[in-house]
Amino acid sequence: MSETKSPFRRRHAPHEVGAPILEVVDVSVRYNGRQALDNVSFRLTKGERVAVVGPNGAGKSTLFKVIAGVLDPAEGEVRVAGHCPGGHICIAYVPQRNDVDWNFPVTVADVVMMGRVGRMGLLRHSGRRDWAFVKRCLDTVGLADLADRQIGELSGGQQQRMFIARALAQEAELMLMDEPLTGLDVASQESIFHILDTLRAQQVTVMVATHDLNMAAARFDRVMLLNKRLFGIGPAAEVFTPDRLRAAYGEHLRFVETENGIMLLSDTCCGGGDH
Amino acid sequence: MDGLVGIVIAPLQYGFMLRGLAASVMVGIVCATVGTYVVLRGMAFFGDALAHAILPGVAVGYLVSGSARGPLFWWALGTAILTALGIGAVGKEAKIKEDTAIGIIFAAMFALGIALISRTQSYAVDLAHFLFGDVLGVSAGDLALTAAFGGLVVLTVVALYKEFLVISFDPILAATLRLPSSLLHYLLLALIAITIVVSLQTVGIALMVAMLVTPAATAYLLTRRLPLMMALAAFLGATSGVIGLYLSYYASIASGAAIVLVCSAFFLLAVLFAPGRGVLTNRRAKPSQ
Repeated sequence: MSETKSPFRRRHAPHEVGAPILEVVDVSVRYNGRQALDNVSFRLTKGERVAVVGPNGAGKSTLFKVIAGVLDPAEGEVRVAGHCPGGHICIAYVPQRNDVDWNFPVTVADVVMMGRVGRMGLLRHSGRRDWAFVKRCLDTVGLADLADRQIGELSGGQQQRMFIARALAQEAELMLMDEPLTGLDVASQESIFHILDTLRAQQVTVMVATHDLNMAAARFDRVMLLNKRLFGIGPAAEVFTPDRLRAAYGEHLRFVETENGIMLLSDTCCGGGDH
Repeated sequence: MDGLVGIVIAPLQYGFMLRGLAASVMVGIVCATVGTYVVLRGMAFFGDALAHAILPGVAVGYLVSGSARGPLFWWALGTAILTALGIGAVGKEAKIKEDTAIGIIFAAMFALGIALISRTQSYAVDLAHFLFGDVLGVSAGDLALTAAFGGLVVLTVVALYKEFLVISFDPILAATLRLPSSLLHYLLLALIAITIVVSLQTVGIALMVAMLVTPAATAYLLTRRLPLMMALAAFLGATSGVIGLYLSYYASIASGAAIVLVCSAFFLLAVLFAPGRGVLTNRRAKPSQ
């Protein structure tokens, strides 16, 4: 790590040995008097990959912002490696694609370098070692060739990989990805899962918000069913039961009884990734 | 060629022209540097409002100190920084939309300024002076203040380059990196305030927003690299200042207006001819996504 001693350096919370990477205890959030999250509790172990599913407005982004320490819960507590998230710089939040200004005059490498800012200290400009670090992160996600492109020139999958590289540059240990797979073709989704596999080898814990129940069931260690309150967290087979899904989604999900059992007719909200 | 050289050199025999040129170049550079963030963060209305809101400060300074010009700078500076921070706080706390809050504060302050100045006998002349600037009346002392504070602004923007970049591009990243986002935001507002005060005498209150926004917007059309955008904006701002001043000298046009018109002409050229992106040079349809 290239850290300099500067009077402006902020002290960051240490990671407590043995503490779970993430522990959410009785968290509630209210927006303008409306309940966004209601008494949510769970814990994640290091290196886990968890899908967060639920209808639009279920509070997935809100949950991520609380975990990242960007938003304070009205009640309850979040602990990342034993300390409150506000002290950590190891939590990366990958924004929804629509929330990014793709015309902003920055290159792919510039965006990845932003991940280093927390490690560099105030008043220091990025040096050769920082750029070498950024290069390695870009190599990991296979974007080294596009380092000097303006970000608007990237495809959807490349945009997501750029943000993963930024999380790597941040040396993130907990990654929160807000619908990274929405609107991507199968090949792009595969390449992202491939990168997530390498992250797992590095013990990076990943939470992914998604609308794709199928993919959540197939590609994640555990799934979390959320609609303001927690309707279940665990293996997909235990969580994605008709009763629980109906309870969480209400009218947004249709079930058809067939001879082979119950068929699920997809999450009706906001398309993009749905076929 | 002799004629052209003569045209360029002739005005330089006057001290007021030399000082005016120096002031225009500095103001062009400082405004464009800060203006880059004004454009990228969509703060044009804030800049315009802030410029208008310093009028009461200038007016009080003017009434208190008589015709002495020195103290005006400090009165303007104090008002600008207070108003900038005030608007920043209102935007965060208020129950109404931020642009509405800015509109209310800006008009109220501007009205107060006009009311104060209207008590003086040379009302119309004084008001016109503040509204439209008087670059040819810049003194050596004014120049020194412009250089000192303008230099401070540019140095701060350069020193905090990566922090301002992060809070502008991705506020949530800034929060997860635990950057002091609020502090940086208020600092940026203060820098815009200082920039406006520094430029007050060159372009005046009414046209200030053009110096902040137009060269930066022109540069935005020409490049997609932030450092280049800043440098290009500074170059365009300074060049517009020089060309505008000559235009003012030979065509007897008000200097502030001349400078802004040149800025606008550059912008128009960029809109039409920007490589690959201009109206007349667009090589592809809008990129998907």
